[in-house]
Amino acid sequence: MIELAVNARGVGKTFPTKDGDVVALTEVELTVEAGEFVSLIGPSGCGKSTLLRLIADLDPASTGTLEIFGKPASQARVDQDYGIAFQQAGLLPWRTVAGNIALPLELHGMAKPARAARVAELAELVGLTEFVDRYPDQLSGGMQQRVAIARALAEQPRLLLMDEPFGALDEMTREYLQGELTRIAAETGAAVVFVTHSIPEAVFLSDRVVVMSPRPGRITEILSTGLDDIRDEALRESPEYFERVTAVREALHGIPVERANER
Amino acid sequence: MTRQRAGIAWGALGVLAVMALWELYKALGPAEGFVVGAIAGKTGSGVMLLPRTNDRAMPHIWDMVARLFQSTSGGDTPPLIVPVVTACLTTLGIVAVGWLIGVTVGLLLGLVMQRWRLAEWGLLPWIVVSQTVPLIAFAPILASIGSQVDRAGSIPWPQWLSVAIIASYLAFFPVAVGVLRGLEAPDRIHLDLMRTYAAGYWQTLLSLRLPAAVPHLLPALRLAAASAVVGAVVAEVSIGMRGGIGRMLIQLAGQGSSDPAAPWGPTFGSIALGLVAAGTVALIGFGLRNYRRGEATS
Ligand SMILES: Nc1ncnc2c1ncn2[C@@H]1O[C@H](COP(=O)(O)OP(=O)(O)O)[C@@H](O)[C@H]1O
Ligand SMILES: [Mg+2]
Repeated sequence: MIELAVNARGVGKTFPTKDGDVVALTEVELTVEAGEFVSLIGPSGCGKSTLLRLIADLDPASTGTLEIFGKPASQARVDQDYGIAFQQAGLLPWRTVAGNIALPLELHGMAKPARAARVAELAELVGLTEFVDRYPDQLSGGMQQRVAIARALAEQPRLLLMDEPFGALDEMTREYLQGELTRIAAETGAAVVFVTHSIPEAVFLSDRVVVMSPRPGRITEILSTGLDDIRDEALRESPEYFERVTAVREALHGIPVERANER
Repeated sequence: MTRQRAGIAWGALGVLAVMALWELYKALGPAEGFVVGAIAGKTGSGVMLLPRTNDRAMPHIWDMVARLFQSTSGGDTPPLIVPVVTACLTTLGIVAVGWLIGVTVGLLLGLVMQRWRLAEWGLLPWIVVSQTVPLIAFAPILASIGSQVDRAGSIPWPQWLSVAIIASYLAFFPVAVGVLRGLEAPDRIHLDLMRTYAAGYWQTLLSLRLPAAVPHLLPALRLAAASAVVGAVVAEVSIGMRGGIGRMLIQLAGQGSSDPAAPWGPTFGSIALGLVAAGTVALIGFGLRNYRRGEATS
């Protein structure tokens, strides 16, 4: 049996608010295999971030069962089975690049020499070796995001959770980091759950694309991209890539794009 | 760094402006002031609209400075600046003790209030109310408690300790409030991250909350230092403690009519005292400059 990184069965989330309950997610059935790259896509407010936060055990699920590597999400969090990155890099401004990458290692009591070696390795992985002594305010947005990715990978997690990590970056940096991310994911063998609202980004990165819709947030369709493991610039111009982009777009809009264009 | 230099330049400019205004008014204003409604022959009657500018009321600045280097009370007593500096150092020591007590208490209160909502709810109103009790009212009470404890013999309680405690009473307030605000300052994303690292309260406190509190803490420390100076000087006067600058201010002010430049010695001294206190906190801020990086970026 293939080990499941994420196994969500009938997962729902309701936020109680002053004006009544907000149903952010209902009946989510989703599995992510070890090493698999899965994107969550959908209009804003459809519960992508909520689902990611449930997987990360930042919020508890209201209904259903959610297992990460066969354990409850809370246990997986304590065991450091996943690394996480958000749209904001969320670096600590008073720590250098090296200090930020080292933060989780420090908290978990890794000895100094081992820590320094691991930080050097991670800085190399994200191409920031020359910048380890810089402070976050001395870095570009793209570099900050790379630090955040290195930090998420620090504990060698088998699962990487990313919530629109490239959402605030310019198109060039974005495409560059997408390429880097596919390389890193392949090198580390980690499964990735990647939230985005960019269709090309979802297709370029993923093995499967999970399409979600709002009110209430739910999964409407799951598409396999069927693209092979090599994700390079040539792929972006290939016919099967465009075909997949169109398929995701249609799934998202619920209607074929051609008809939408005719009007 | 350039901002600091600009700050110093502005400060110096301000001092020069005050000095210029003083001498300008002294040169142009009426020597005996301007009084309306005075009844002839009755001193002190009427309302003074413009103060007197004669040398007794308003000595020249250079006379004030020169007085610092003339003997304190005639004969071969040392120049005035010697007792002024000695008194300032005495008070500075008390201010430092009061500041440290105040900062410690404020820090603890802030930590407790941040940790337990209930504590904030129960303590914060009292902390605010405490600051509305005038110092003059309880300084003598504290001093008499202190002297009784001291006389009882087992615990020594010198007068300066009472002064330090009163200074700390003013100093703890900004720190408690600043620490509470600062500890709540971390962004949601950082708190979420700490949770994903399964970090406990103490780890989160040391790695995130305290460093993130520094930008809120520094102004609080500065305010605490200023309050400790005021508290110590006022408490010295109201308790009647000898040796400090507060007592000296009162003493020399009494001689003002015969030696008008003399009271300005301790006045300058207390100004210098405030500057030293503020400068010390600025040094602390410089030492913690990495923790203020958040201020510059988004
Ligand atoms: N803490 C919360 N309290 C109340 N409602 C929330 C909370 N978090 C999210 N929601 C609601 O849940 C829905 C899904 O939000 P979210 O998961 O952030 O969407 P997405 O990331 O897809 O844009 C939205 O309607 C949002 O208003
Ligand atoms: Mg979101």
